[in-house]
Amino acid sequence: MTPSNAKSLTDDGRRDLLSTMVLIRTYEEAIRLAYYADKKPAFDIGAGLVPGEMHLAAGQEPVAAGICAHLTTDDAVTATHRPHHLAIAHGVALRPMTAEIFGRETGLGHGRGGHMHLFDPSTHFSCSGIIAEGLPPALGQAFAFQRQGNNRVAVAVTGEGAANQGGFHESLNLAALWNLPVVIVVEDNDWGISVPRAQSTSIASNADRAAAYGIPGVRVEDNSVEGVYAAAGEAVARARSGGGPTLIEVHTLRLWGHFEGDAEGYRSDLESVPERDPIPIYRDQLLKNAALTDAQYQQMQASAVEQVNDAIDYATSSPTPDPLGHLSYVFSEGANA
Amino acid sequence: MTTTLHRKDQSLALPIEPDPGKRKLSTAKAMQEAISQRMARDESVFVMGEDVGPYGGIFSSTTGLIDRFGPERVLDTPISETAFIGLGIGAAVEGMRPIVELMFADFFGVCMDQIYNHMAKIHYESGGNVRVPMVLMMAAGGGYSDGAQHSQCLWGTFAHLPGMKVVVPSNPYDAKGLMTAAIDSDDPVVFVFHKGVMGLGWMSKNDRSIGAVPEAEYIVPIGKARVAREGTDVTIVTLSLSVHHSLDVAEKLASEGISVEVIDLRSLVPLDREAIVRSVSKTGRLVVVDEDYQSFGLSGEVIAVVAEHDPSLLKRVSRVCVPDVPIPYAHALEYAVLPTAARIEAAVRNVVAT
Repeated sequence: MTPSNAKSLTDDGRRDLLSTMVLIRTYEEAIRLAYYADKKPAFDIGAGLVPGEMHLAAGQEPVAAGICAHLTTDDAVTATHRPHHLAIAHGVALRPMTAEIFGRETGLGHGRGGHMHLFDPSTHFSCSGIIAEGLPPALGQAFAFQRQGNNRVAVAVTGEGAANQGGFHESLNLAALWNLPVVIVVEDNDWGISVPRAQSTSIASNADRAAAYGIPGVRVEDNSVEGVYAAAGEAVARARSGGGPTLIEVHTLRLWGHFEGDAEGYRSDLESVPERDPIPIYRDQLLKNAALTDAQYQQMQASAVEQVNDAIDYATSSPTPDPLGHLSYVFSEGANA
Repeated sequence: MTTTLHRKDQSLALPIEPDPGKRKLSTAKAMQEAISQRMARDESVFVMGEDVGPYGGIFSSTTGLIDRFGPERVLDTPISETAFIGLGIGAAVEGMRPIVELMFADFFGVCMDQIYNHMAKIHYESGGNVRVPMVLMMAAGGGYSDGAQHSQCLWGTFAHLPGMKVVVPSNPYDAKGLMTAAIDSDDPVVFVFHKGVMGLGWMSKNDRSIGAVPEAEYIVPIGKARVAREGTDVTIVTLSLSVHHSLDVAEKLASEGISVEVIDLRSLVPLDREAIVRSVSKTGRLVVVDEDYQSFGLSGEVIAVVAEHDPSLLKRVSRVCVPDVPIPYAHALEYAVLPTAARIEAAVRNVVAT
């Protein structure tokens, strides 16, 4: 079993966390670059190599790295409209994931899904573009695992805005009632698009809501990857051993806009954002504690760039779907009705 | 624990629309039997919903199942439709075969996101890589003064949204065969049963809600309409409880020399367009009878099927549906909006008059 608290983290483990974070950031920067490539001079959301809404997870890497370090690809993860960091940390292959984001036939969904609808059955990864609505299916995955008796767990990730949705509360109650092996994670990035958390949420910590359902609730402050790692370690171990669900809220950071193209004119905390970037903070911490060398960090970056470039090359060189295939996959069998 | 039989192998092994034999069951009992036989054969099948356990389903869709299979496989849920329908979806994705009951079709308003944005779309969004083999069954229909929030049919709404098969049986034989087919389907199936065809002891029911049903398992293929009565002068295309009112009207008019063909669609998705066109090609006159709301729904769709195929086929056409009004409470008002035999008869007489 994976060590269940941060104290037991080895320096190798710390470097793995940082390495995952660096890969995610490198990926999001590359997607951002591709996204804007053909949207100049005039921004047209539907134009370019990567069209549509694009919600990037820069700044939220600690959540994905800290949780997925405790999972295998037999465990399930459901993510939100902002899913890339979790997909990468959970081990979704970058090539088909990127091809899907680029709308190519070789993508995870053959170009039918897009960046908010990534489904990878080989790692039990999925996401939903609807706030809080990824939670109920995660409960079902946990239910199936519980029945199959194989100690697998499901992790359902959602945003702090989702904690005010009915589906969130229905899911917490049912998960607790049936003692499901599920971990519910709230990414609190302070903003529901443009509305600050204080204007939407009646309490300071959504982790307190766990008490209403008789399950443990933990809030991780300061976007700390080791804090997430420790909390997730306990929660995943509890779920695996039949101890039921846990609610974790992580105070994280939306480094960029809600979506690309968001001018963030509403954002009162913009000035302090760069200094809260979790990657330089954690890198410097590891360097200071001699858990990391400059050479190791450079190697991490080089490896990330190589993987990401490979995925982007794969996507851009893949064919776009045949328009005549637009009716395929509505149903699994027979003619589409 | 899961028995992983290949679905197509299972279905292929079952007879398709065998002779009904002599044993009679109500529609409710036929549904229970289909579920029970499937659960006995396949441990991945389970039933979940509000009051499906000891109560046996408010409209008797699950009576007795908990006694045979226990609370581990027949689960009463909290009144949390979003959570438990979504749970069914996730379980289906991981290889189980949930049968989830939404107590009334009218209740979809509290959980539609899981139904149309998740259950119905995951297969498409995943490019066919993730299947959702799930049955979402629900009671529908009025006629017993349950008011505007507990009397609607609404099958046209589900059928409008892509990705769900929508099955609406009218009788015990079809209910059993269609339920077996629905459980075996690798796609999500919305199974809508009208309370008036279930054969319940506490609600007025038509004579055909009890009928001959084979004891052994069998399949009624989803997407195949049935000619409930052959005729030559006019076609009634209908489904569910309205099939029986239409048959009663056909019987009555036969004595006056008016020959009515009645098509029971049995499913909206897939819609058996060939059966509709075949019948109207013969009769040239069409009456669509639908207990769902009239506008923007099934009745217009059926007429469009014919018009797109060949508008010259249609000599006359008429619709008997619920006009676009909430279902009223008072008996006299409710029966003014339902597609009663009297309204159907008037429509048929009208289209054969010229």
